[in-house]
Amino acid sequence: MIAELPEEELFLPGHTACAGCSQALAVRIAMKALGRNTIVCLATGCLEIYSTQYRRCAWKVPVIHMLFENAPAVASGVEVAMKRIGKDANVAVFAGDGATADIGFGALSGMLERGHDVIYICIDNEAYMNTGIQRSGSTPYAAYTTTSPPGKVSIGNKTFKKDLPAIVAAHRIPYVATANPSYPKDLYKKVKKAMEFDGAKYIHILTPCPTGWGFESSETIKIGRLANETALWVNYEVISGEIMDVMKVKEKKPVEEYLRRQARFRHLSEKEIAEIQKFADENARIFSL
Amino acid sequence: MVMLMSSKKKRKRNRINKENKSKEIENMVVIEGSHAVAEAVKLCKPKVVAAFPITPQTHIVERLAWLVANGLLDAEYINVESEHSALSLVAGAVACGVRAYTATSSQGLALMHEVLHATSGMRLPVVMHVANRALSAPLNIWNDLSDTLAQRDTSWIQLYAENVQESVDFTFIAYKVAEEVMLPTMVCMDGYTLTHVYEPVSIPKQEQVDDYLPEYQTNYKLDVENPMLIGAYALPDDYMEFKYDQQLAMDVAMAKLEGEKEEFEKKFKRKFDLIEEYNLNSNIAIISMGSVCGTIKDAIDNMDVGLLRLISYRPFPKDRIRDALRNVETIAVIDRAFSYGFEGVLFSEIKSAFYNVEEKPRIFGYTVGLGGRDIRIEDIRRIIEDVKQAEKESDWIGLRGVYA
Repeated sequence: MIAELPEEELFLPGHTACAGCSQALAVRIAMKALGRNTIVCLATGCLEIYSTQYRRCAWKVPVIHMLFENAPAVASGVEVAMKRIGKDANVAVFAGDGATADIGFGALSGMLERGHDVIYICIDNEAYMNTGIQRSGSTPYAAYTTTSPPGKVSIGNKTFKKDLPAIVAAHRIPYVATANPSYPKDLYKKVKKAMEFDGAKYIHILTPCPTGWGFESSETIKIGRLANETALWVNYEVISGEIMDVMKVKEKKPVEEYLRRQARFRHLSEKEIAEIQKFADENARIFSL
Repeated sequence: MVMLMSSKKKRKRNRINKENKSKEIENMVVIEGSHAVAEAVKLCKPKVVAAFPITPQTHIVERLAWLVANGLLDAEYINVESEHSALSLVAGAVACGVRAYTATSSQGLALMHEVLHATSGMRLPVVMHVANRALSAPLNIWNDLSDTLAQRDTSWIQLYAENVQESVDFTFIAYKVAEEVMLPTMVCMDGYTLTHVYEPVSIPKQEQVDDYLPEYQTNYKLDVENPMLIGAYALPDDYMEFKYDQQLAMDVAMAKLEGEKEEFEKKFKRKFDLIEEYNLNSNIAIISMGSVCGTIKDAIDNMDVGLLRLISYRPFPKDRIRDALRNVETIAVIDRAFSYGFEGVLFSEIKSAFYNVEEKPRIFGYTVGLGGRDIRIEDIRRIIEDVKQAEKESDWIGLRGVYA
């Protein structure tokens, strides 16, 4: 793998993620940062399904999975119990965008507001991939999903992606970051950094999904990079309410380069592409890319 | 419906050995039901309490928060944003091998529904009081058993208290049995009728509870020294065995609860049983659950009618019920929850318990007291009169207006 990262694997091969799944890669890198002294709480979703089948556990650390929307509450209970037992273990949540932006949003907000010492990692593949590519609150504008199909009177998903990192940051927790496994060292560094803070930490990772987005499994890393290079995705940190350490884009590319490579955007007309370009330009302005 | 009773009856009901009487009186306090329950929970030393307020459970959790705030209960009290998260948080704590507690009622229990299934399926011995309350709509904060009986199939042990003393006592039994068989347990106490009533209650000493209830210890927990997956998903090849194990655990729970008859009485000098047999020596018997049995007892005293009070609803003590009612010809089941499109919930269960018995009693169902409608002695006597020559298999009692 990447030379600078610890060799020990805590998320093991043999799980059943799709070929080219960047989520599995993100989890693998995050686990290298979190280390053995970690208890993982999973929300229902792709990761849970491909790594926790009875008798086929892919984890080398303790894992609990309960339901779709309650991982932050379960993690709160684990954190409180660890405190009572007097064990200083890291408590980490891995939950998808549906679990985070939609069904588990109340539980997440509660966990953040109560300030539990938990690292919450949202692995965002921009739709309900586990159930077969249905639209979530994190699905981008105009994207095809099975429940936002483009048609004679529809452009596909009508809404823009919910800005979860900003909503989470509004809880004034000590550390918020965004990342992308196409930049593994940055991802690793951010998980490590999150571990330095007391209280609730949140890392939002964009995880390109060949199956749901419609690209070749060999293209995963490239697609991830293009998300940043087009400014549709921005890697940054929020510490004490300040946006900082924004990952700059050397040579900004038009969104079309990102969109054209994915089947979910194949139906877009110039009008929608222009809308999405506006969104990217706005990102570039806000983050001074 | 805790009613005043004659001192003679009171003596009969609380058969306390003379030598224990002074000790009992020593521990006696007049206390609100919810506060008594909070004291009982405190004596069980949970490390984590998480709850969301819902009427009429509020006094229980307010009191626990107060106990924690004043250093009288050494626990983490977590105010969560929903009942769904209350049970999830408590389940997470129990998964770490820590004793934990929550309480809820009505809509809160309904919101917990999927977490109830997951908690029992993951074999996490959570204990929770439910202050029984009607379900919306129409919105109604008063008492019936619709909330807990609708959770019948969630694989939780359910114990129904008649009075505050039992609401207290069942707390200790619940933790003990739940942790032994790895199934969660609900102690069901009627909202207002028990949660908000002041009764003389014996609150045991800490030493008594410590002697009865060992510290919670389990090998199945989240521990970085011994990594374990809790909550795997199971394919059709495995799922059924997980579920069958839950039923086996319920069977063990039944045996354990039977065992507590002796064990609990030995330690606390009070009776515990899965059913209560009250004057079951006549041809007619009433079957019911919870505090309404106090009213029923008052109604049938001096009548040739008996009462079987069901305490353990799950596990369901079918054989005990059959045996206790073997000489009874006519049964009136008094229900405070209804399965719409069919009949009273307990009525169905009692009928099913007798289906394969050769000499079956006649069984009739009466639905009363939904949403806190008062259940009067006259209502019980009317049911007794009706059941003697009942024509309708089941009926609603106490309806008003054009329905009366």
